[in-house]
Amino acid sequence: MHIPDGFIDIPTSTAVAALAGAGVALSLKGARKTLDDKTAPLAGLTATFIFAVQMLNFPVAAGTSGHLLGGALAAVLVGPFTATLALTVVLLMQALLFADGGLTAIGLNVFNMSIIGVWVGYGTFCLVRKLFSNKKSIIPLAASIGALLSVPAAATGFVLQYAIGGTGTFSTTAVFTAMFGTHVLIGIGEAIITGLAVGAVMASRSDLVYGFKKENIKLEIRK
Amino acid sequence: MKTKNFYILALFATLLLAGGVSYYASSSPDGLEKVAEDIGFIEQAKPNTNSEGFLADYGVKGLKNERLSVGAAGIMGVAATGAVSWGLFLLLRRKDAK
Repeated sequence: MHIPDGFIDIPTSTAVAALAGAGVALSLKGARKTLDDKTAPLAGLTATFIFAVQMLNFPVAAGTSGHLLGGALAAVLVGPFTATLALTVVLLMQALLFADGGLTAIGLNVFNMSIIGVWVGYGTFCLVRKLFSNKKSIIPLAASIGALLSVPAAATGFVLQYAIGGTGTFSTTAVFTAMFGTHVLIGIGEAIITGLAVGAVMASRSDLVYGFKKENIKLEIRK
Repeated sequence: MKTKNFYILALFATLLLAGGVSYYASSSPDGLEKVAEDIGFIEQAKPNTNSEGFLADYGVKGLKNERLSVGAAGIMGVAATGAVSWGLFLLLRRKDAK
């Protein structure tokens, strides 16, 4: 999913980088409101854990692999604004230190994974809880469903960028069909890892989980 | 679980994944790379500016042993990501009124 240099032309990359930059700036503002002495270490841990798990490519189909993106996972654990920042730190480290993801493509990658992936994952998580059950026990499953959808959504972000400024001459429909299909499969892996990780934190320290305690915070404010 | 134990356990798991399990990761092309190969726009990719860097492609330059090379690169990545993200989030946090 990490776009290398050269796939998308420079004007498109620059425009998307500006959008991604605005999203990161808003997230800095939003994260300030939610981070405190208790949650800031969890946010650091989340970014670090996602870096580690992104190294673990799993096979999805003949000759293809995928790895966790972590947008839904981070959003449920530390909230969507902080999640965008966590994923952005991971992407910067990967591009700067490990040559994973192009430097001119950093805005594209931040947009797809740190913004689309996080918000589709988090939005789905909230929707599942609202529609089906608000029980504590459903949180890992709701996070999984968010994770499942977040990956094809991030892949669709790439297809949009390809449609606008792709340097290849192949049809957008062909790219969309291939990207979407492959990333639904990767999304299944994303769902499993996210469900297990959120389940583990819920079992040990549910009080730290943003997606769980959010309602409790609201209740406190009301009284 | 005590906060301290929670973090020790989680960091231990993170180091184990990046430093040990990473050796067993699939080396097949990822989703985007495979699609680019199949459809044909993979030739458009330009080598990364850092493609000859010290940690490029998750291996320590010059370290011949594959297992050591990827493991050490993973641990350095964990240290770097941890330092930057922890620093950022501690700076951003609301200071609790004392």
